[in-house]
Amino acid sequence: MIQFTQVVKNFRGARVLDGISLDIAIGERIALIGSNGAGKTTLIRCLLGEYTYDGSVAINGLDPRSNRTAVLGKIGFVPQLPPPLKMPVGQLIDFSASLCGTDPARIHAIARRLGLDVDAILTRQFVRLSGGMKQKLLIAIALGRDAQVLVMDEPAANLDPEARKIFFDLLAERLDNATMIISSHRLDEVSSLVNRVVEMDMGKIVLDDKVADDVSLTGTLAVRIALKRFEPAFAKALDGWSIASSDADRLEWSGHIAGPDRLRFLGIVSRYTALVSDLSLSES
Amino acid sequence: MKQLWLTAKLDIVESLRARWFQIYTLVFGGIVALLFLFGLTESRVLGFIGLSRLLVTYIQLTMAILPIFVLITTVRSVAGDREAGVFEYLLSLPVSLSAWFWGKIVGRYIVVFLPVFLAMLGAVIWATIAGIEVPWDMFGYYTALLAVMAMCFLGIGMLISAIARSTDMAQGAAFMVWLVLLLFLDLILLGVMIQGKVSPELAVTLALANPLQVFRTAALALFDPQLIVLGPSAYVILDLFGAAGYKVFALAYPALLGVVSATTGYFIFRRGDLP
Repeated sequence: MIQFTQVVKNFRGARVLDGISLDIAIGERIALIGSNGAGKTTLIRCLLGEYTYDGSVAINGLDPRSNRTAVLGKIGFVPQLPPPLKMPVGQLIDFSASLCGTDPARIHAIARRLGLDVDAILTRQFVRLSGGMKQKLLIAIALGRDAQVLVMDEPAANLDPEARKIFFDLLAERLDNATMIISSHRLDEVSSLVNRVVEMDMGKIVLDDKVADDVSLTGTLAVRIALKRFEPAFAKALDGWSIASSDADRLEWSGHIAGPDRLRFLGIVSRYTALVSDLSLSES
Repeated sequence: MKQLWLTAKLDIVESLRARWFQIYTLVFGGIVALLFLFGLTESRVLGFIGLSRLLVTYIQLTMAILPIFVLITTVRSVAGDREAGVFEYLLSLPVSLSAWFWGKIVGRYIVVFLPVFLAMLGAVIWATIAGIEVPWDMFGYYTALLAVMAMCFLGIGMLISAIARSTDMAQGAAFMVWLVLLLFLDLILLGVMIQGKVSPELAVTLALANPLQVFRTAALALFDPQLIVLGPSAYVILDLFGAAGYKVFALAYPALLGVVSATTGYFIFRRGDLP
């Protein structure tokens, strides 16, 4: 579906993409990982037809640079940094929907599922929203249409656990008919969302591997944690994941987390390892 | 066409919320208000009295302010949007590059031209209410002159924005262009001509190539048809074009310059990296 063939990109003599060749089939979910300056954003911009390059990039056989509207009509994009748009939220939704040939109501519906009260912020400037609200809105715009390719740069970084769970559900609804490219600095942020990992370094692909596709995007895990003593900071962190204590001493905690969030959750727990006397995660 | 109008509408909404637009509107509205306040319609210069005197002063002030205002705000917002990641996101949506570029120009043209025109229209409406005679021919020509002036400098601004890769560079280049145009205004050209450093033909050619000077001469020609204040250059201009011919040239040449600049900017924009 997507083909990069010997793609080379230079910026003022510095080689940023060094002969990238990559074939991505429909239904694949790619984690595009690598440190800063590895070339991830440049590769994405080539895919979006925003950069000129040597070599070729094709989506369903079409060059994104010379067939912009046809190609970009099939791509939903979520940038890492939300653009500082002064326009009201309502206009951004209408503008995007009109260009993409979709009904604004679809975008509204997805935003609402992510926990964003769109009606209350329709007249507010996009730039004045909080980081999480901007992220939810951009995700809603990308998913609120029939995109065959979803390109997302750290899409869940600013989302709370509840919104992350809904986001994973939304991605799960697209598994059969969309290809996803999820860019991140860290594999643990996106590992459970993908079935293939592509790592870049210094403009080259240094790892291209399939990963076990066992984690269901829609699954949840029952969590139980026992603490040796109460610690307010840890309690606050657990509270953020909607995990509640069930005893007066606040030593027993239980709740549910999204399946794909398991690594991220364990990362939080690992900061307080000395406090944990018992921990279980079981698929529910 | 739908994409073009969507982009134009987007640019208009973005501009209406920008601080530069509020200052811009305030400046031109304020000029007209001040001219009325200082009783300019009562003063008399070269036989001009009433609204024509106000319009002459207004167009002179506009010629001093509008070019630099349009150049700087255009390059600041276009190059600034590119640096801030606005292009990266909005150009990931299925909009053609021609609709995007020309839509931005159309939207910006509307927000640049309307305040200067509405300020002048406000003066005309006020004069009508106050029973002051309105010189409709002059009002019509000055409207066309303002429309062309906005087109010319907007086109140059878009060209600079397409070439410059950073806001700082774009602002510096816009300022330099404005300075160069100022340097080749009639007073300096006359000075170097008197010193014998350039031939009269070259000086007149430079004056005719400079859109600022073209506007200045056209505005002068309305209340000084013989262009007496220009001295011997007036002979060349009037022999070459005639009074009516020069009025047409003063509209056609800057408009062409603006369109050619914008078109060149478009080809540079679509040829290179977008964000």
